[in-house]
Amino acid sequence: MSPSRAAAASKSSDAVPVFVALGDPTRLRLLGRLSVEGPLSITRLSRGTGVTRQAITKHLHTLGAAGLVRHARRGRERLWELDRRRVETAKRYLDQISAQWDAALDRLKALVEENG
Amino acid sequence: MSTDRIEKRVVLRAPRSRVWRAISDANEFGTWFRMNLDGAFVAGRTVRAKVTIPGYEHMKVEMQVERIEPERYFSYRWHPYPNDPAIDYSAEPMTLVEFTLEDAEGGTALTIVESGFDRIPLARRAEAFRMNDGGWAGQIKNLAAYVT
Repeated sequence: MSPSRAAAASKSSDAVPVFVALGDPTRLRLLGRLSVEGPLSITRLSRGTGVTRQAITKHLHTLGAAGLVRHARRGRERLWELDRRRVETAKRYLDQISAQWDAALDRLKALVEENG
Repeated sequence: MSTDRIEKRVVLRAPRSRVWRAISDANEFGTWFRMNLDGAFVAGRTVRAKVTIPGYEHMKVEMQVERIEPERYFSYRWHPYPNDPAIDYSAEPMTLVEFTLEDAEGGTALTIVESGFDRIPLARRAEAFRMNDGGWAGQIKNLAAYVT
């Protein structure tokens, strides 16, 4: 393996827990709700979903282990919210779209510089 | 670092009229962006396109043309990365893509800004790289190595 590929592999293995955490539609939906609605209790998160509180709790702990959400006490209530690592998700997404623009720009450059 | 916008600036060794044609002519745009577009760019009109990049052919794109100022500025809105045919993206926020042309030594300076990513739901952004071919195939390999 070349040094750059080795570096890329070690960088992406750090991301593995994040990918495992995201590889489930219920967890993606939980993230989506926390991202739109802000901190929520487990009661609120499970209401109307057809998923039990126990299952929601388990999913939240999986997301928490990946650093995507965390919980905090507000009075007597425990609320779950997105962790700061969500910024990592946003950055990774932007990097991907940025790479697509780079590839497109290379093709644009070839087109306009070649045949005037 | 901003998570809301992408900015690219490049100097192309070609006259402004040539760069303008490559951006404002829908056929030429499709050539370098690798899409088949179904009509010309007209302000206020929506152009539909199919991506022709191998592995992304299922992607259908809609470009809402905003503003056209010949040889200077072109802008449109779209849904970035609409890679899941099962999802209706039409209710979600769009990003704004702006092309600006300026004279530069030896050619034309082109600036591309895509902005508005922070309004896209986080889960949707997570899906984009989760479902990305190269990225995801690589992740599955890493995952296999990680769990065995």
